[in-house]
Amino acid sequence: MTAESNAMIEVKNLTKKFNDFTAVDDVSFDVKHGEIFGLLGPNGAGKSTTIRMLATLTRPTAGTIKIGGQDVVKDDDRVRRLVGLVSEKVILYERLTAKENLWFFGKLYNIPSDILNQRIDDLLEMVQLSQWKNAKAGTFSTGMRQRMNVIRALLNAPQVLFLDEPTLGLDPQSSVEIREFVRKISKESKTTIILTTHMMVDADMLCDRIGIMDHGKIVALDTSKNLKKMISGADHNILNLDVANLTTRAVASIRSLKCATSVSQESSTRLKVHTTGDEAFDTIIDTLRAEKCRINSVEHLEPSLEDVFLHITGRDVRDKADQKPSMQSEHRHFMMPRSRVR
Amino acid sequence: MSVKSLLTHSFMVAWKDLMELFRNKMGLAMLVVMPIFMMGMVGFIFPSSSSMGHVTIGLANEDQGYGSYLNAGSALAAGLEEINNSTGQITITHASSLSEVQDMIQRGAIDGGIVISRNFSSSIASGKQGTIIVVTDETNPQMSSVMRTSMTNLFQQIGTQVARQNVEWLSPDVNASNSLAVVAPYNVQTEGAVAGNFNYFDFMAPGLMAMTVMMSVMTGLPAAISHEREVGTLDGMMVAPINRLAVVLGKTLAQTARGLLQGTLILVLSMALFGVTIHGSILLIFALLLLGVFSFVGVGIVLTSFTKDQETATMVMTSIMFPMMFLSGVFFPIQQMPWFMQNISQMLPLTYAATALRKVMVFGAGVPAITTELTILIALGIIMTLIAVPVFKRAMTR
Repeated sequence: MTAESNAMIEVKNLTKKFNDFTAVDDVSFDVKHGEIFGLLGPNGAGKSTTIRMLATLTRPTAGTIKIGGQDVVKDDDRVRRLVGLVSEKVILYERLTAKENLWFFGKLYNIPSDILNQRIDDLLEMVQLSQWKNAKAGTFSTGMRQRMNVIRALLNAPQVLFLDEPTLGLDPQSSVEIREFVRKISKESKTTIILTTHMMVDADMLCDRIGIMDHGKIVALDTSKNLKKMISGADHNILNLDVANLTTRAVASIRSLKCATSVSQESSTRLKVHTTGDEAFDTIIDTLRAEKCRINSVEHLEPSLEDVFLHITGRDVRDKADQKPSMQSEHRHFMMPRSRVR
Repeated sequence: MSVKSLLTHSFMVAWKDLMELFRNKMGLAMLVVMPIFMMGMVGFIFPSSSSMGHVTIGLANEDQGYGSYLNAGSALAAGLEEINNSTGQITITHASSLSEVQDMIQRGAIDGGIVISRNFSSSIASGKQGTIIVVTDETNPQMSSVMRTSMTNLFQQIGTQVARQNVEWLSPDVNASNSLAVVAPYNVQTEGAVAGNFNYFDFMAPGLMAMTVMMSVMTGLPAAISHEREVGTLDGMMVAPINRLAVVLGKTLAQTARGLLQGTLILVLSMALFGVTIHGSILLIFALLLLGVFSFVGVGIVLTSFTKDQETATMVMTSIMFPMMFLSGVFFPIQQMPWFMQNISQMLPLTYAATALRKVMVFGAGVPAITTELTILIALGIIMTLIAVPVFKRAMTR
């Protein structure tokens, strides 16, 4: 055990099963103090279940989690004092005012009234909601609700903040606000932040390190830069070709090439090709010429996280974006507590 | 310290729930309307067994008389008409025969009938009993039974009058002052355990109060918690360093307050509208209601732990509520039920709460008179809580 290391969170062999379904499968990772750590993956990959276990809301089937040196299962109350949770569903009572909502949750942390009053004012000020202090939360816009959702999690000045899909369902403007706010919290109060997302921008713009999750496993874990390096370099390239008279036959011949690992036609003239091998570039150009295609331009693309995900899993992140199998099984499991594997 | 925290957090949860309740205008309106509706419905639908309002009776005098003797049937019919005119309780329609009376009942023209038999006068003249037939409508059991008893009573009284005259006429020792004692030596009087005028509401109001308060907690608790689970706000409480029980305790407090409000409303309504009087101590009544909640809250917690969403919770609640309503002696006395049903009702806490409350409200009973019920309620409460707490804690950290 790496005692007194600068790891704020240590996750070892974490597994969660819901009946026969393994939502999280033998996951291990550490999160450093003050780091912004992202769990990226499609819905149903096990991100939310992982966060829920970290936040003491779901009990692991196997494995251990330590937050600030405290075991999440054994010392759950101590861990709860350390963490804040911004869950996917907005935690807000519609019929209570902004202040009453914050007051209620603040009192659950035994914060003395005078300190709590001050903190509520500060937090509302921080997200420009001061003028709505005594307005009912039910009247708030989606963006305002999400800002409330975030400051609610900050009431106890947590050392670790969990954000589960913080930008889900937000308009671009609100998404930007939330991202900037998260960065600000991280910078100003040295809060360790773990966030889950299936939005590449979130992960790319915010996270110091990213764990890519798929089917309950972390399939890659590194900084955004290093992850992208995995699929670029001498052996691997992404080409963006602009061809004036792109024919289906030409596309088909490119697809049949061994050196083209993935081909996607993005418009009537644009073709995006992942390639391997040193001679890939020449081979592709030759093939297009043989098809009598006129090449307007060839662009050597910087790989995105999306490309990384595609490369590792062979699928697009958004393939399964609308499904939510893990939530379903959680509820089903709840009905039958006897079958829980302890 | 931890108990203090538990209580503080519970009060916060209760405060939050009550704030939500009082800001929900529609919900609040229903809260008030429900008892009014309930009282009105139960009060006006269930008939009170003694009165007979606006009853139409077919009278057929088939009596053929007996020679020169007075036609006794006509005299009886005339007597009935006279009673009818003086009380106005019944409307008499004339019919010619038993079969016509039966026909009229079948058509729904009359509620019941009286038929004076063909040989009424001749029987009396020859020293036999005269036969009067009361015809009832079997499709209306309540009305039939009322008809049967009140008509039997009426003719018994008329008969007694006739008998007195006969006896006075037969013996010189009998006169107007002692003839009644000769004909009917026993004077039967009924008196309740407490003086006063009681109606069906005096029986029902205590049970209805107990039911409303206890049901409000039992249905409200699982519904409230599964609602918060669905919306996601439950996670906000669960991620805070609070005892898991604070959530359930706080919600119980809020639901109890809601139930007591409704219970009080029922009490006020039944006093104002239906003339119910309280003979016992108000404090004891509220203490009993709270004890009822305590005896019952465990059931609610267990159900909360096992129901995944609000819809299921509501369905489970409804299927438990209905049998309980009818088996706990709130609307019908338990003694009227078959033995196996009585066994079931003896297992329901509501039965004891309703019985104890009835004793206090109607008899003005004090604690000594209801020790059995108190003991059972407390014991049930302790047992259910002991079962519910670990079940709930387990369910909350899946």
